[in-house]
Amino acid sequence: MNAPRKLRIATVSLAGCFGCHMSLLDIDEQVFALLERVEFDRSPLTDIKHCGPCDIGLVEGGVCNSENVHVLREFRAECKTLVALGACAVNGGLPAQRNHIDVGRCLSAVFQSRPGMDTAEVPDDPELPLPLDKVHPIHEVVRVDYFLPGCPPSGEAIWQFLSDLLAGRTPRVASPLLHFD
Amino acid sequence: MSRPTFLLDGQPVAFDDGQMILDAARAAGRYIPHLCWHPDFPPHGSCKLCVVKVAGRHVSACATPARAGAEVESDTPEINAERRTLLQLLFVEGNHFCPACEKSGNCQLQAMAYDLEMTTPRFRHFYPDRPVDASHPEVLLDFNRCIYCELCVRASREQDGKSVFALTGRGIHKHLVVNAESGRLADTDFSAADKAADICPVGVILKKRVGFAVPIGERTYDRAPLHELAMPKTEGKG
Amino acid sequence: MTRLAWADTMDETLQRYGRRPEYLLQMLIHLQGAENWLPPAALTALAGALGLPRARVEGVAGFYSFLHTRPVGQYRVLFSDNIIDRMAGSQAMMARLCRNLWLSPGQCSEDGLASVDFTSCTGLGDQGPPLLVNGYAIGRLDDARIDAVCELIRQRRPLAEWPPGLFHVDDNIRRRDALLAAQLRPGQALQAALAIGRAGWMAQMTASRLRGRGGAGFTTAVKWQACRDAPGAEKVVVCNADEGEPGTFKDRVLLNTCADLVFEGMTLAAWAVGAQRGFVYLRGEYRSLLPALEATLARRRAEGWLGRAIGGVAGFDFDIEIHLGAGAYVCGEETALLESLEGKRGTPRIRPPFPVTHGYLGRPTVVNNVETLAKCCLIAVHGGAAFAATGTAQSAGTKLLSVSGDCARPGVYEFPFGVTIGQVLEACGAQDTIAVQVGGAAGITLAPYEFGRRVAFEDVPTAGAFMVFDSSRDMFDVAHNFVRFFAHESCGFCTPCRVGTAMLADTLDKLAEGKGSPADLIEIEDLDRVLKQASHCGLGSAAPNPVLDGLQKFRPAFERRLMHADFSPAFDLDGALRRARQMTGRDDAGAHLPQQAEPPR
Repeated sequence: MNAPRKLRIATVSLAGCFGCHMSLLDIDEQVFALLERVEFDRSPLTDIKHCGPCDIGLVEGGVCNSENVHVLREFRAECKTLVALGACAVNGGLPAQRNHIDVGRCLSAVFQSRPGMDTAEVPDDPELPLPLDKVHPIHEVVRVDYFLPGCPPSGEAIWQFLSDLLAGRTPRVASPLLHFD
Repeated sequence: MSRPTFLLDGQPVAFDDGQMILDAARAAGRYIPHLCWHPDFPPHGSCKLCVVKVAGRHVSACATPARAGAEVESDTPEINAERRTLLQLLFVEGNHFCPACEKSGNCQLQAMAYDLEMTTPRFRHFYPDRPVDASHPEVLLDFNRCIYCELCVRASREQDGKSVFALTGRGIHKHLVVNAESGRLADTDFSAADKAADICPVGVILKKRVGFAVPIGERTYDRAPLHELAMPKTEGKG
Repeated sequence: MTRLAWADTMDETLQRYGRRPEYLLQMLIHLQGAENWLPPAALTALAGALGLPRARVEGVAGFYSFLHTRPVGQYRVLFSDNIIDRMAGSQAMMARLCRNLWLSPGQCSEDGLASVDFTSCTGLGDQGPPLLVNGYAIGRLDDARIDAVCELIRQRRPLAEWPPGLFHVDDNIRRRDALLAAQLRPGQALQAALAIGRAGWMAQMTASRLRGRGGAGFTTAVKWQACRDAPGAEKVVVCNADEGEPGTFKDRVLLNTCADLVFEGMTLAAWAVGAQRGFVYLRGEYRSLLPALEATLARRRAEGWLGRAIGGVAGFDFDIEIHLGAGAYVCGEETALLESLEGKRGTPRIRPPFPVTHGYLGRPTVVNNVETLAKCCLIAVHGGAAFAATGTAQSAGTKLLSVSGDCARPGVYEFPFGVTIGQVLEACGAQDTIAVQVGGAAGITLAPYEFGRRVAFEDVPTAGAFMVFDSSRDMFDVAHNFVRFFAHESCGFCTPCRVGTAMLADTLDKLAEGKGSPADLIEIEDLDRVLKQASHCGLGSAAPNPVLDGLQKFRPAFERRLMHADFSPAFDLDGALRRARQMTGRDDAGAHLPQQAEPPR
């Protein structure tokens, strides 16, 4: 009997803190079980720079700049199933705390009026992505299939969620694994 | 002298004449979700989380008198989906960033979202700009989380006799104000000992310097779900 | 002018209304007359004088569109924003006025001279586009009239000195039937009712099968009987003249042409239920009618048709006072109206209890529409059976329709119930009609295949609005306008309406901007469902009607606004980078974002 095809998973952290990725690693020895079922495409764990066709995309973090938009769109285009992983991807999270502040004032405060800065200019290098005026959860930019909230979601929640997904069950995250904090 | 009954999700619930569906259900140990309802006050009917279906109509269980023989649907996929939508609307209306909120774990809005398995706010966020009021020495007001249940308005007026809070504006621009021309809580006669200081179901009225006395993970709704803790303690095995 | 003008008005305000908290809204309206807005200190002083918490006074002041807790212009110009007014060119008129006065909408000019904004339908759909200047209506706007208004404003001429012709409002009565053709003298109906005794009068009302003309169609005699039977000696009759439904104006015409019938109808109701007090709740948009109405009331008092021992009947004491609304559509809902009459925020109450047992200040109260009350006079004079002889099985009598939009003869039409949509269209000279909105924004959108349907409670019920759209119109624009109206007028009490109407309006904005996707239609249907089912009052449950009808009957008008993508963000992605571009001075390709993702490779 042939082993079933391994599912390809891509992961990324947009405007996040990589805490959700750390939590993913918190599934501990289940990593081995996971690796029997999946292989990783683009991910901080693989250092692959662009996402190829994938079964599952896990997105940590909200959308705070133009690069986030491009990466998120690449994920949406390549991943059959797209998952918002963690508080920031789900509702903007901590980065969205800046949403009531004018982004121009943010840039000015950081680059133009901070003591000890060499230059009083806001960097204009085309290599740098420009910030959006507000931070958005990913479902406000692309269609999203599943949401796993938490700051971060626990390793146990992530493992249960992925197990459901891999087994073809509609993922269900309920108390006590469902947490927003 | 048998009391009349109605059917709640197919199970009989006895009630007294004039009793509301929600009250009768609670007395019989049956939970119907609610946010703006509170046992100390008359029904308010604004949050709509207690919506139930009676004879094809969706009504507030807190404000609809029970009727003998009525069939009331509450814990059904249809009604719970409607409640989830209402929760999602509340979440995107304000700024509910649970990881940054000291009420997390003690918040009824959050706990109800857990009960109803809400994993996403789904809609786009309004991200309103609502500055906090830290003027009062004992209490902080973070308007970002207000859900307009008016419990503080009612408690301050009816129990504290102060009327510290009121709502102004209309529609999506409705907002909470305090009883001072300056708009600052410090300029009112509010005190942390007021009933209104302890009644907020979400994280608007926060006592200072005790926010993290109980660590995240060991808080009220970390220990037991809302649908258990919201029920009266001495009754409930009916 | 001293900046404390409000202080000079305070004593007069308090005296006039006897320092009674239930007159709070009336006092705020009066006080605002001093400076055009309500400074914070004025609210504090008024609260102190009334012994009310200041927060409560601020809560009321903040609820009503026509009360201002921030400075507005000395001349406050509000353009009526119903879809009919837009079709008549209101936006161009507003742009012209703004250009003339160097203003932008929503902002006060730097010298404090003027401010301009939109407001909900002002009830001049048959002679638009209209505006209100400091609460007074000017219709039939065109370039010349806008320029005249601008000149008067620039000259800072007091409103009282403006040419009266500017404020002339036509009645435009196009078809008269039983009510509009009636020639009753004041007191005639009362004499007839008094002659047959109270029980006899109630029997005539029952025989008439009169149903409420405000839209809901509750049987008037049943309402009166319930109020009469309710415990409590002090009973109240309220005339609902808060005609806020977009596209309707027949109550304005009734109040202007047959105020006697309306007041006499109230007195007939008072006779039936045993009420001593009567109120007319007159929408703020119609305040220009106030002096004439007050004069009619004074005349009726002098004639003995109001006051003590009316018609010589000992113990029949009844009088009427007029309360003004201040720009809140929701106050047309009877329990919100009662809250407003009590000087509170216009939030609909939980029902039961109903007003007939617990109404104004908890007293048994009858709330009837203007037209319903006027019709009672016909019943008193001609008898219930004669009234019931016209109309249909379930809808006795005639109905006043406010016809506006794409037709040759807009105005008020009185038809017997049962008239078909097609017959009305023919009477008003409508051609090439693709849709009729019956019953206002909260009503129903009818497509041509339904023009055989009848105006009647059992088929197409309506409070009176009848808006006509010809093939040059886009029915998406109609639904969009109505949904924005509901979002603006939601009282904000319940979750589904407060957030749902705002979300629905935003979603239609998104479609209007060409950023919609099929996913949005699903979201719209979801919001429609929760609004319809979970709302606290009729405003929220009716709010999705124009969209539900639009999606069912004019779906292509919605679909053609969708992008060819399964999802598109609601916010302007490239616009979201504008501020950062400004700060960095960048304009390279990387400093921009397309609204839609590139097609997959």
